[in-house]
Amino acid sequence: MNVIADIRRRELARGRRVTVVLAVAVVAVFALALSYGDFQISLPDVVRSLLGLSTPPGVEYVMHELRLPRASVSALAGLAFGLAGAIFQQLLRNPLASPDVIGVSQGATAAAVTTVLVFGVSGGGVAAAALGGAVVTALAIYLLSWRKGVGGYRLILVGIGVGTALTSITSFILTRSDVKIAAEALIWLTGSVNGRTWAQIVPLAVAEVILVPLALVLGRVLSGMQLGDDLAKAFGVRVEWSRFALLLTGVCLAGMATSAAGPIAFVAFMSGPIAVRLVGGGRPVLVQAALVGAVLVLASDFIGTHLLGARQFPVGVVTGVIGAPYLLWLLATANRSGRGG
Amino acid sequence: MPAPVNLEADRLSLGYGERTVVRDLSMALPTGKVTIIVGPNACGKSTFLSGLARLLPAASGAVLLDGKSIHATPSRDVALKLGILPQGPIAPDGITVTDLVSRGRHVHQGWFRRWSSGDDDAVTQALTATGTLSLAARPVDELSGGQRQRVWIAMALAQRTGILLLDEPTTYLDISHQVEVLDLLTDLNEAEGTTVVIVLHELNLAFRYADHLVVMKDGAVVTAGVPGEVLSESIIEDVFGMRCRLVNDPISDTPMIVPIGRHRIGEADRPE
Repeated sequence: MNVIADIRRRELARGRRVTVVLAVAVVAVFALALSYGDFQISLPDVVRSLLGLSTPPGVEYVMHELRLPRASVSALAGLAFGLAGAIFQQLLRNPLASPDVIGVSQGATAAAVTTVLVFGVSGGGVAAAALGGAVVTALAIYLLSWRKGVGGYRLILVGIGVGTALTSITSFILTRSDVKIAAEALIWLTGSVNGRTWAQIVPLAVAEVILVPLALVLGRVLSGMQLGDDLAKAFGVRVEWSRFALLLTGVCLAGMATSAAGPIAFVAFMSGPIAVRLVGGGRPVLVQAALVGAVLVLASDFIGTHLLGARQFPVGVVTGVIGAPYLLWLLATANRSGRGG
Repeated sequence: MPAPVNLEADRLSLGYGERTVVRDLSMALPTGKVTIIVGPNACGKSTFLSGLARLLPAASGAVLLDGKSIHATPSRDVALKLGILPQGPIAPDGITVTDLVSRGRHVHQGWFRRWSSGDDDAVTQALTATGTLSLAARPVDELSGGQRQRVWIAMALAQRTGILLLDEPTTYLDISHQVEVLDLLTDLNEAEGTTVVIVLHELNLAFRYADHLVVMKDGAVVTAGVPGEVLSESIIEDVFGMRCRLVNDPISDTPMIVPIGRHRIGEADRPE
């Protein structure tokens, strides 16, 4: 028996186990979100309704008009945020480098808010604007931090700066707008999966059908890129091209998710590190991070809706409460240990 | 056994932005030999190595790998022939020795070629050659500096290239581990015929272990060849700006440098 083959098999098996457990968790929370609420739907009825079979009166409406869109957008946005965050963090080798920390999500938000409040556009136009905003912001950050290649730390600092600027633009537009419309925008800004329609969900689903496999295929270079540009190049990876393609994929994922559900705080930021913790070792964890993202959003929305008393909170409030302390902890320990973030 | 590979710099200039660090350097690295590059700080030796490894683009001139410009050769094809260990590489947190060394097989993986028992064998051999097989399941963060360096070398070995470039592989190691690393690279050279090119700080070890010594100063080669034939006290004085005595290394019969500072010197060597 080859020792190396044995060790490799054990390590890979752990990654696969985590994937399976997370996938089951996604399905479980998804089913819970469909079944639980003021109007209880039994699990068999949930399944029957999904399959289009006949169900007791009221189930059809609650399932297909209220809960299924909400759970779907939660799962899809979580998946996209988790995957985008892990791509950024592992590519730039820094846990701070997630799209919601370095300004990409803020770019999507600013663009979306501008189209809604200034130009009065709604529907598909907002989604396109959010995606465009994410891409343009990412390009701006990339170019501003370019100095013969993109260094991890410079990109993060530039990104945080750009993000702050964009956030103030968003606030500026909000304060100048009609209070009523601004209030709606504000809920979207916190990140909300309530009242989403299929018109918002389908584009996200379609984008993910393309972007997720693309990210996983491109992500194969991460095992080399994790060791730094020089070694990646030594291994035959086309470093600049791969980084650009992966970042663009991540930006599109984050932009699409933001357009559908708003910038749900810290999901992109937390999913990767949680997945790394679960899988152990130093392997890239794209699939696992995507699943963690989906579980985070589904579970946080469930908590915000059902477990915090009579008042309902948007999902972004719950993820923010979990994510903010983690960010502080990361900043505090990163400086102390002198490691790169 | 990897096929022998020829590597050559042809009027190569390298630099960062406006600043030229290596100027018009032409040199063939002897195939199947251990070449060691020495020189004072900022003489361009690491830059030269990065240039040879196509990590830096050539400002002018070319690096020829088996007669073809390395920058015009697809990165993957280069990676099958030429391996590099940069200075002070950083491993991801929590990575195990097996996983890290397995990454050296990256270029041998592809769309249609998944991990095979051949890859397992290459990793096993690299770990065996570096004496780190017993560490295979350990996380890299837990290893000592010497062990870690051997693991990084194992990773470079796992790539199975005919030529291996190493930038200061003995930095931060104590003397016994420095000797260990150089012995290991010599083993590799003798057993596999691998061409080894090392940038090294330690002069006496360089003089002892080099088949071919390259002495650089201000981005140019001052002299190159068999250490015993090309070195002289005046060359060392010129390159390092320090008087010295070259004596015979009683162990290896190669030149050995004895520095002369301002203190602790006998009557005969006092400056007039």
